[in-house]
Amino acid sequence: MRNAAAERFSSPLWRDRGLASAALSEMEKLALLAAAKNGGRVNFMEVCGTHTMAIAASGMRRLFPEGLRMLSGPGCPVCVTSQGDIDRVLSLTAIPGVIITTFGDMLKVKGSKGLDLHAMRESGADVRVVYSPLDAVALAAAEPARQVVFIGVGFETTAPVIGAAVARAKKMGLKNFSSTAFFKLVPPALELLLSDPGNKIHGFILPGHVSAIIGLEPYRFVAKKYRVPCVVTGFEPLDILTAINMLLKQIVSGKPAVEDEYFRAVPADGNPAAKKLIREVFTVTPASWRAIGTVKNTGLSFSKAYAAFDAVKRFGIKYKEAPEPKGCRCGGILLGKALPPDCPLFGKVCTPSSAVGPCMVSSEGACAAWFKYGN
Amino acid sequence: MAPFNKVVLAHGSGGRLSRELVESVFLKSFSNPSLRPLEDAAEIKVGGVTLAFTTDSYVVTPVEFPGGDIGRVAVCGTVNDLAVKGARPAALSAGFILEEGFPGALLCRITASMRRAADEAGVSIVTGDTKVVEKGKADGIFINTAGVGLIPKGRRLTSAAVRPGDIIIVSGNLADHGVAVMNARDRLGLEGGVRSDAAPLNGLIEAALRVPGIRAMRDITRGGLATVLNEVSGACGFGAELDENSVPVSPAAKSACALLGLDPLYVANEGKIAVFAAPEAALGILKAMRAHGYGRKAAIVGRMVKEKIPRVRLNTAIGGSRILLMLEGEQLPRIC
Repeated sequence: MRNAAAERFSSPLWRDRGLASAALSEMEKLALLAAAKNGGRVNFMEVCGTHTMAIAASGMRRLFPEGLRMLSGPGCPVCVTSQGDIDRVLSLTAIPGVIITTFGDMLKVKGSKGLDLHAMRESGADVRVVYSPLDAVALAAAEPARQVVFIGVGFETTAPVIGAAVARAKKMGLKNFSSTAFFKLVPPALELLLSDPGNKIHGFILPGHVSAIIGLEPYRFVAKKYRVPCVVTGFEPLDILTAINMLLKQIVSGKPAVEDEYFRAVPADGNPAAKKLIREVFTVTPASWRAIGTVKNTGLSFSKAYAAFDAVKRFGIKYKEAPEPKGCRCGGILLGKALPPDCPLFGKVCTPSSAVGPCMVSSEGACAAWFKYGN
Repeated sequence: MAPFNKVVLAHGSGGRLSRELVESVFLKSFSNPSLRPLEDAAEIKVGGVTLAFTTDSYVVTPVEFPGGDIGRVAVCGTVNDLAVKGARPAALSAGFILEEGFPGALLCRITASMRRAADEAGVSIVTGDTKVVEKGKADGIFINTAGVGLIPKGRRLTSAAVRPGDIIIVSGNLADHGVAVMNARDRLGLEGGVRSDAAPLNGLIEAALRVPGIRAMRDITRGGLATVLNEVSGACGFGAELDENSVPVSPAAKSACALLGLDPLYVANEGKIAVFAAPEAALGILKAMRAHGYGRKAAIVGRMVKEKIPRVRLNTAIGGSRILLMLEGEQLPRIC
């Protein structure tokens, strides 16, 4: 992306202290009204790991009014990837001649045997960090004698990028490029959370970059069926403060809706070209979520037309359920039922340098955010 | 019993694991009073004078990048490690490990660049060594430099001398070097012309030291400002408070970091120092630094404070606050 474009989305005004303090004093009043309507407490969930990090990095948790709590949700791509899928990724490294290409976040997520891609690299596997799956396609073109596999995990944000890479590989006629497609869909994840009658979520801060792809429509059911407020939100501190106030106003007015705080980047219908690409390259399938299990219609894998690029199929990698690491509460944290300090391992045996669960491994994980920013 | 199973990349990140490696292996094996403070350069007494002595090895890919190259960094890094101890660099050594097949023209460009940086710093490379290893046994070129300098009588700069109330000054924009190298290495195509800040800072440092009141200085390299502040905080036993809004970072480097998921406070620099100064002297020192070409963007970024636990706190732009830890693991680009 061009720097000028990045500047437009993150002008210093979005971190302005005066504006922030105005938003916070409005929040103070609104939170009182909302809590009164709500039995004394308001719990909002930021679904996305980028929001978790932005909240922690800005130190705003200390500034929230009493009675308002932000929970982290199942929106960190590494965190939601099931132990079984991590094992599948690791088993790909054992195939002779394979080059594994991945985003950096995946390097240190441990499989059920306690190993990670990092460890595999140290013991000789060819594992390379790339910034874009297109780099992996270029690598495949440059190394025709090797099989290049990209580790595709993530949400609607990552899927089109990998879709584009696979489409390019197909166009180039590359026979030595493939990718995993362990993609998850955000709206069904919300349905999973809300369908639990014990959930205590009173509103969602929704990821702006996901809606930049899918738009607002797929979330309508949250407000309609579950009567829970939603605000699609950008990633600067003032985006988040503004969105919290919008959620509080929806509670106060008693009119839950799906609103767009991030309209400078999110058109209501998202990105038609990216949506078309997703439809072409992928198909909705069951996905296996950490701590939740395999749930139908919650993920994306390759469509028939692109099945030849599915690394899992190409190398015949089987899925096997695998247990969560012992004592780790990543599952509860992903579901908004626990905060990182509630986990007995947090900060003691589980730290970013020796992480037990994925929420500590991923730079966007809730535990990493709490640890790193000392909340 | 070894303190860890195998060396991992994060042991070289400049962050917490690097520190642990140094303390649990090297300090334990070599322990002596000159080494123990673990500062940028060691102080040694020889025949009635105090010398600063330091060494550093340089591995960087690509070897040339906007604003510098491995040679310039190798000279500047060692000069700066001496200078932040208040020493006047007297002589450098340079050791080269070359991989079979390394282009001669590139090696000549690198040595010419080293010569230019040394001339600028007013120091000579007086001794050296060369080893050539088989193709595949090294990544092109590794350079080690060592340096020795004279610390003038009466001058003593050490992190242990830093006191509560002391002002923290940085000499200019942070994160340029790390962003420029990453952009060149991974051909990220980020625009905005971010260039490495690699520069010999002994001139700037001498100019700053003419104003009395500096207690310590640190070279802000791997691990970034956050790591330096944690190290100083640990060494003096006091806390540090950093104001996010005051930390100078160019808009281009800032947006590059935002895109890559990096925090400029942890990104490497090769031409920036942090100065810890008595409060009454801070403005005079700042003025002296800003009058020097390499300190034009110098800024006061925080202060030392009394805290029960010596740690670093960041006052965030929007008025919040959080703890700033040492770099954990490596800085890795993220998925989304």
